[in-house]
Amino acid sequence: MTSFSAAGGHGAIPTDGVPADEGNVPTRPQSPLWEVFVRSRRGLSHTHAGSLRAPDAHMALRHARDLYTRRQEGVSIWVVPASVIVASSPDEKDSFFDPAGDKPYRHPTFYDVPEGLTHL
Amino acid sequence: MLTRTIVRYPGVRVGGAGGLAVQTAELATGHEQEFQERVDADGRIEPRDWMPEGYRKTLVRQIAQHAHSEIIGMQPEGNWITRAPSLRRKCILVAKVQDEAGHGLYLYSAAETLGADREELLDLLHRGRQKYSTIFNYPTTSWADVASIGWLVDGAAIMNQVPLTRCSYGPYARAMTRVCKEESFHQRQGFEAMTVLANGTPAQRAMAQDALDRWWWPALMMFGPSDSESPNSAQSMAWGIKRFSNDDLRQRFVDATVPQAHHLGLTVPDPDLRFDEDSGHWISGEIDWTEFYAVMKGDGPCNRERVRNRVAAHEDGAWVRAAAAAYADKQVARQVAA
Repeated sequence: MTSFSAAGGHGAIPTDGVPADEGNVPTRPQSPLWEVFVRSRRGLSHTHAGSLRAPDAHMALRHARDLYTRRQEGVSIWVVPASVIVASSPDEKDSFFDPAGDKPYRHPTFYDVPEGLTHL
Repeated sequence: MLTRTIVRYPGVRVGGAGGLAVQTAELATGHEQEFQERVDADGRIEPRDWMPEGYRKTLVRQIAQHAHSEIIGMQPEGNWITRAPSLRRKCILVAKVQDEAGHGLYLYSAAETLGADREELLDLLHRGRQKYSTIFNYPTTSWADVASIGWLVDGAAIMNQVPLTRCSYGPYARAMTRVCKEESFHQRQGFEAMTVLANGTPAQRAMAQDALDRWWWPALMMFGPSDSESPNSAQSMAWGIKRFSNDDLRQRFVDATVPQAHHLGLTVPDPDLRFDEDSGHWISGEIDWTEFYAVMKGDGPCNRERVRNRVAAHEDGAWVRAAAAAYADKQVARQVAA
């Protein structure tokens, strides 16, 4: 029996015998990947909205407008070439974030406040 | 089992081990346990986390075919843009078809976070190796079909997609959150267009009923055969990719949609449809799966046409991509020279 995934959004699609990706990447050139950050309104910072492909920064901005702000979701957009983003590695998350792990005294909840006192 | 860490995503530069790291069996076992514990606790897997190769492949296949469905889905409705009955309807339809393109792009981006190559996925679609939803292999022969697609096909898609906003893979879940927000506009505009026809002249009313007659069963088939006949469902559930069974989702759709059809004064084309007082559910008749399998295998009225149009659009657009790339190169060269 052929297996189907109904979870594929727009309805049942066969999954048996269908390749995922095979690493047969076409040789034709591909536009670089850009990460898109959108400021939803004044007073808020830009947050990551998603990514897209575009040949240059100018086109990336225009595509980002069409792709991520079709319903006035933003008042400002940043596009950043994905290749220049430096990220911490999930493999070293324990050691990397360790220094914060044993310092509960950095949180106000670490301290006892006497009953009845306010403005502390 | 040999597994590999996903580090191909070009959006990140790896601080620790770079490249495709083939790991030892012991390491993989530890990772696998951590992975499953996170999924079981309803946590999210992010692009650079360790993941079983089967999980990655299942997601790449599903997200890619979901993306293909979105962009192929532009065709049956795009067919009516030039013939929309009013400027209002035309504006709405253009916006909706543009949304479908956007949904495809969100999804191709999500597939890329798994290390898949967008161009390769398009090739797989163009060569017919990867598929798209069978629903788009039916023709749209009247304006009421456009209304029915919004109301029924997008209605069914919402049932499928809302649970995916809680999928264990973060980028897919986030893409689905955006998609679902937009999808409810699609469903409502379809229902509104259907309401106008159902309350119109006898000919318009007949057109609405005819569309419902043709789209009802394909919409129910969108949820796929029973899970007992879909051996991969259990694994997808264990991985937190799939949340509800095909039959559960189909039942939800029937329960939600039958009262809407009655509101329109239209007849659901199912002589066995009945309301079960005890369970509070609408019980539908047997689905004829032979048609579904025939359409799936490529015997649908529009299979070849859809892929041919898609390939033509891609090839006809090659000069635009080449020009944009040449322009970008020229700008870089100028900057270097300056």
